[in-house]
Amino acid sequence: MTPERRTALEEALLPPLVALAVALVAGDLLILTYGEAPGAVWRLMLEGTWGNAYGIGQVLYKATALAFTGLAVALTLRVGLFNIGAEGQLAAGGFAAGLVGLALPAGTPMLLAVALCVAGAAVAGGITGAVPGVLRAKFGAHEVIVTIMMNFIVLAVLNYIVSAHLHVPETLHTPSINAGAVPRLADSIAAFHGSAANWTVLIAGATIGAVAWFLFRTRAGFEWRAVGLQPGAAEYGGVQVGRVWRNAMILSGAIAGIGGVNFVLGYKGYYEDGFAGGAGFLGIAVALVGRNHPLGVAIAALFFATLSQGGLAINAMVPKQMVEVLQGIVILAVAASVPEVRALVRAAAGKRRAAEAS
Amino acid sequence: MTAATTGTGDLAIRIRAVDKWFGAVHANRAADLEVVRNEINALVGENGAGKSTLMKIVSGLQPPDRGTIEVNGRDVTGWSTAEAIRAGVGMVHQHFMLVPTLSVAENVVLGREPGGRAMFDRAQAIRDVESLVASSGLAVDANRLVADLSVGEAQRVEILKTLYRGARILLLDEPTAVLSPPEVADLWRVLRRVRDQGTTIVLITHKLDEIMAVTDRITVMRQGATVARMVTKESTPEGVARAMVGRDVSLAVQSSAAQVSADTAPALEIRNLTVRGARVARAVNEVSLAVRPGEILGIAGVEGNGQSELLDAIVGFRAAEGGSLRLGGADLTRASVRARADAGLAHIPEDRHHRGLILDYSIAENLILGLQHRFSTGAQLDRAKIRANAEQQVRAFDIRPTDPALAVRGLSGGNQQKVVIARELSREFSVLVAAQPTRGVDVGAIEFIHDALRKARNAGKAILLVSAELREILTLSDRIAVMYGGRIVTEFARADATEEVLGPFMTGARRDGAAA
Repeated sequence: MTPERRTALEEALLPPLVALAVALVAGDLLILTYGEAPGAVWRLMLEGTWGNAYGIGQVLYKATALAFTGLAVALTLRVGLFNIGAEGQLAAGGFAAGLVGLALPAGTPMLLAVALCVAGAAVAGGITGAVPGVLRAKFGAHEVIVTIMMNFIVLAVLNYIVSAHLHVPETLHTPSINAGAVPRLADSIAAFHGSAANWTVLIAGATIGAVAWFLFRTRAGFEWRAVGLQPGAAEYGGVQVGRVWRNAMILSGAIAGIGGVNFVLGYKGYYEDGFAGGAGFLGIAVALVGRNHPLGVAIAALFFATLSQGGLAINAMVPKQMVEVLQGIVILAVAASVPEVRALVRAAAGKRRAAEAS
Repeated sequence: MTAATTGTGDLAIRIRAVDKWFGAVHANRAADLEVVRNEINALVGENGAGKSTLMKIVSGLQPPDRGTIEVNGRDVTGWSTAEAIRAGVGMVHQHFMLVPTLSVAENVVLGREPGGRAMFDRAQAIRDVESLVASSGLAVDANRLVADLSVGEAQRVEILKTLYRGARILLLDEPTAVLSPPEVADLWRVLRRVRDQGTTIVLITHKLDEIMAVTDRITVMRQGATVARMVTKESTPEGVARAMVGRDVSLAVQSSAAQVSADTAPALEIRNLTVRGARVARAVNEVSLAVRPGEILGIAGVEGNGQSELLDAIVGFRAAEGGSLRLGGADLTRASVRARADAGLAHIPEDRHHRGLILDYSIAENLILGLQHRFSTGAQLDRAKIRANAEQQVRAFDIRPTDPALAVRGLSGGNQQKVVIARELSREFSVLVAAQPTRGVDVGAIEFIHDALRKARNAGKAILLVSAELREILTLSDRIAVMYGGRIVTEFARADATEEVLGPFMTGARRDGAAA
């Protein structure tokens, strides 16, 4: 490996590791103030997540939604936009998947039904993302403001539709779908019994691969990344910057929307108001910690899913809210450490050179 | 070291063996500098020689990694900018740092406003600034808004700011880059006067004529190290250039003007082009020009007279309000950037960091920017072809370092520009628009780039050259047009053009078409 590439790799990997170390220390202190032994709590957290098949299944289930929303946010950051609207896009996608599943006749071949539901989710999420995308491209409206507002609008409209027209009495969810249910992992691997993990995780894996291929191997990806790094130079290279922004917001919304399949088709079999539960917002943290790289997003999604599931596992010893504090610390540490770590790595590389030169 | 070494008593700044690293870049290598009090000291060297870094260390913007800095005999290594200002060290940056919506007086006193604890005494500020204007000779109206000033006036405000803070050591980073010839002459007059009043001046530059004209002493840097010190009176431009580059360089304005018959059909033809600017309604005002195959048409002019808007309109970044643009007979007035490029328009943009390069992309990726559709099969990039192209261009244009996978950010200015030029000259084109093709590029690379442009001309390409460096225009052009106030005010055949002839047109003093 050339020294330049080694430096680049260190720059990419160190911030999350530093953040993890900071979070561990902070976690130790929190656990101590609660009068418990940190070692025992951490062990319990690991056992409750990666220590048994059920725990792994739950982590995979939670990571699936986070992978979609994290990818959605990362994709827009790659073109220089900040999509805060993954929460609404996720909900819209889940709702559309549920609607398609309701509309299909029972007995529709599973693969066809799932494909139609996923397409419905992608279209709904894509439309939700298209609004801020078009407003940005055509009128320069700031996508952060518009996506925040879209969250309010989409969540309120969905809440109205479900509670006024579509709910099963006494609940806030729709009737169960007729077709399009994604099988659970437990159906084929008995050890996962009881966990919500389902084959949507495969769609997530394929999407991660597809986004990585798109960003780093295709001509469009070359142009999109150029827009994010240096819009003036991209324009000079013949790229229509506004069109890239619009398309990126649509694709981002579509990916976040497909995330809704995980809950609606893979877990409950119906759309339930509020199912997104912050997974869209946590996608921002996933993209940040994953450094906007599809592989990084996958790892970060697993990490945040582990924290979330781990919180339930340690609830008997310390309140599960502790992991929310840890999540916050990790996000803060990554956000704060990126420039500092970069400076440190550069300085260290400089010293290495100096030592080699003299 | 040399005859120029003086006793430490009269040194305003003394730098010993300073090393500075920026990541992998060794910006200063055991650099030394002795600045003699009450003199104009030139700090010269090619781009990337480490001049600006050394000045940033003196002014407290950066700490050195090794070595010591003394100011007025006191060791101040690693001091802060606030301490530097208190000690009377003032830096005038290349890019002005002024608040456009405030007046001259308000800008000058900003940060050290006269008045009580809470009140701002505007009348006192104006009086202070006016007396400073009178004593320094930096003529500018204290009551005007900075937004309304010319570039030369804005620079005077920057110098006034440092003098107002009590600067006794003035560091000027490439102060003439944005000035017209008369403004440059004014600046030299002021600097001499300020020096005679007891201020020490360090002038960072890479222009040899300036060095010889105004300085008392010269320190030459190359690749981060100090390589020569001279007394200006005892040195020659050739000697300074040799020290800067490390080999002999030809300095003569060579002209090898090509004569192209006026009957030849133009490759690029612009008629009555009018373009709206950011602040002016007609930044480009009814401009007509034609460039024929096998000639270089140079557009001279002080920056900000519509050249950028004209370039934007030709390349397609900015829509024309009126007029037409034809390339080889095809009307491209409303065509997209890509369509113009595909029709045979190559472009070296004036700002390579903003337009020409994506700094975090590799050399190989930058070499296909704008050509990405030629380097893909279907949706997918053809990585083997991109790699092969990069290896070929790196060799042909002597781009260093030679690993095409490295990010362009780490390259020197000259090598970054070579990447841009390699890309533009290697595509199929009939017209090349070259804007400031050697800005921020070292002397060695300038020769290389000029040769490349001449070769393209000789190969029958039509070249439109826009440059703020009159010398460059004179060196390369076959015909020369002068742009002032959004208009082409005159046009000369190369043989009839000299700095003296063009100067009055560049400042707007003359605007009758002597030829055309």
